[in-house]
Amino acid sequence: MTAIQRFTPLQRLLHWVIAVCILAMLFIGVGMVSSVEPKYLTLVSIHKSLGMAILVLALIRLVVRLRYGAPPLPADLPEPMKLAAYLSHYALYALMIALPLIGWGMLSAAAYPVKIWGGVYLPAILPQSDSLHTALWNAHFYLAFVFFALILMHVAAALFHALVRRDGVFDSMGPALTRE
Amino acid sequence: MPEARQVAARSAIGSLALIAAVVAFAAAAFAYTAGWFSPDRLTPTKLVDAFKSPPPGAPLGHRRNHAKGICFTGVFEANGAGAELSRAQVFAQGQYPALGRFNIGTPDPDAADATVRVRGLSLSISTPDGQEWRSAMINAPIFAVSTPQGFYALLDASSSKDPDAMPTFIGAHPEFAKFGDWAKNGPWTGSYAEERFNGLNSFIFVDGSGAEHAVRWSMIPAAQAVAVAPEELAKRGPDFLEQEIAERIRGGPLRWTLSVTVANPGDPTADPTVAWPEDRRTIEVGTLIVQQIEAEADGPCRDINFDPTILPSGIRTSDDPFPAARSAAYARSYDLRTSEAKDYPRTAPGASQ
Repeated sequence: MTAIQRFTPLQRLLHWVIAVCILAMLFIGVGMVSSVEPKYLTLVSIHKSLGMAILVLALIRLVVRLRYGAPPLPADLPEPMKLAAYLSHYALYALMIALPLIGWGMLSAAAYPVKIWGGVYLPAILPQSDSLHTALWNAHFYLAFVFFALILMHVAAALFHALVRRDGVFDSMGPALTRE
Repeated sequence: MPEARQVAARSAIGSLALIAAVVAFAAAAFAYTAGWFSPDRLTPTKLVDAFKSPPPGAPLGHRRNHAKGICFTGVFEANGAGAELSRAQVFAQGQYPALGRFNIGTPDPDAADATVRVRGLSLSISTPDGQEWRSAMINAPIFAVSTPQGFYALLDASSSKDPDAMPTFIGAHPEFAKFGDWAKNGPWTGSYAEERFNGLNSFIFVDGSGAEHAVRWSMIPAAQAVAVAPEELAKRGPDFLEQEIAERIRGGPLRWTLSVTVANPGDPTADPTVAWPEDRRTIEVGTLIVQQIEAEADGPCRDINFDPTILPSGIRTSDDPFPAARSAAYARSYDLRTSEAKDYPRTAPGASQ
C-alpha cells in the first residue's frame, strides 16, 4: 500500500483539539448572546480568546493539510457522496478560518477594544464603520448557524462511515488510540 | 443468505437511528443553550425591546436609551492619589485624553429636556498603554432597582396601559421607593455642568500589590448647582441642556472631580439601590476637564458604545449584576442603531463641515 491510509498523528490531534474548541465556541456564542447574567462577560471573554486560538490552530492545520494531504476516499464511495465530502471539507476549513476573522473585524468596526487572554490587546483590523459592523455582525451570526449545521452533517457522515459503511474513513481521522 | 441480509439491514437501521439520535440531541442541546426552549429567559433582545424604543414617530439610528445627547472632548487629569487603589495607568499622575457624552435618560431622541428626570455622563479615557476605561454615570444618587430582572419589570410596568401595573411593580420592588423619592423630590438643575454624576455600580480596583478594593465613583461638578423647578426649565425650550452647555463652554473648560468611595468590609456591592454610609473613605483621584462640546450627529461620541465593562487592567467588575447586563444590552442597542445608520441624521444643524 503506497497511499496514506490515515491522517498523520499531528493532523488527527489538530482535528480533535479544534473540534472540541469549535463546539465549545458555538455553544458559548449562542449562550452568551441570549444572556444578561454575570456569566455573559465571562462567556464573551472566553469567546474572543478561544476564537483567536481556533484561528491560529486552523491556520496551522491548513498548512499541515497542504503539506501532508489526506487519505483517498474509498474507491466504491458513490460520486455524490465524494463530492459532498470534498465540498463540505472546503466549507469547514473556510468557516473555521473566516469566522474568527469576521468576529475580529466586527469588533474592530464597532471601535471595541479587542482584549484576549485577560490582557492582550489585538489591533483593530478595520476602522469604525456602521455599515461594515452590520454586515460583519450578520455574517458572524448566520455563518455560525451554517457552521453548526455543517458540523452536524459532518458528524452524521462520519458515523455513517463508521457504523454503516465501515469503510475505514472514520478510522482515518479516528482518535489516536484506535487501531493502527 | 436472506437471514444474514436481514440482520445486516436491521443493524443498518439501528445505526441510522443512532446517528439520527446523536444529531437530534446535539441540535436540541444547541437550541436549549440559545434559549429557544426558555421563553422566560431575560435576553439582551428582550431587555432592549422593553424600552419600546424608538417611540412611534421618533427617528431610527439612535441609542435605545439615553437616546438624546451631545458629545464632548477633553482630558482626565489624574493627581496620582488613585494609584494606591488601582494599578490602572489612568490613576498614575498625568493627563489622558477623554471623550464623552452628556445625555438624558429617554428612549426618545427628540424628547424635551425638561421632561426627562435622569441625566447622564458617559466617558471614555484612553491611556498610553493602549487601554481604555469606559463608563456611563447618571445623576440619580442610587439606582432604581436591585437586579436586571427588576429593571425589566420596571420597564414593563411603566409602559403598561394597566393602571395597576406600577403599583404592583412598586409592591414587588420596595427598593424602588428611594429612587422614586429622588425622582419626585430631588432638585433639578439648569445645566449638565451642575450635575453630580454617579457610577452607582460597584467595581473592584486592584492595586499594584494585587490587593482588591470594592469601590464606587462619582463625578462632582466644580460648578455650583442651582435648583430650578422643572416647570421653569420647560420654558427654556426642548433643547436647553445642549444649548446651555455649548454656550457655557465658551467661558472656559468645565470641571468635575472624580471621587472614589471605598467600601468597608461587608458593604453591599451587589445592590446599587443601597447607598454606602456617608462616612466611607473617599479619595479624589483626578479632574475631568471638558474642553469642547460637539453635536452628536458628527461628533466623536456618536460611534462609541459606552459599555461600562470596558475596563483597563486594574479595574474589574464586582458581584454587582448590572455591569454585565448593561454590557449585553448596550451591545444590542449598538447593533440595532448601527444597522439603521442610514436613518441617522449625520449632519447636525449648524455642524461645521
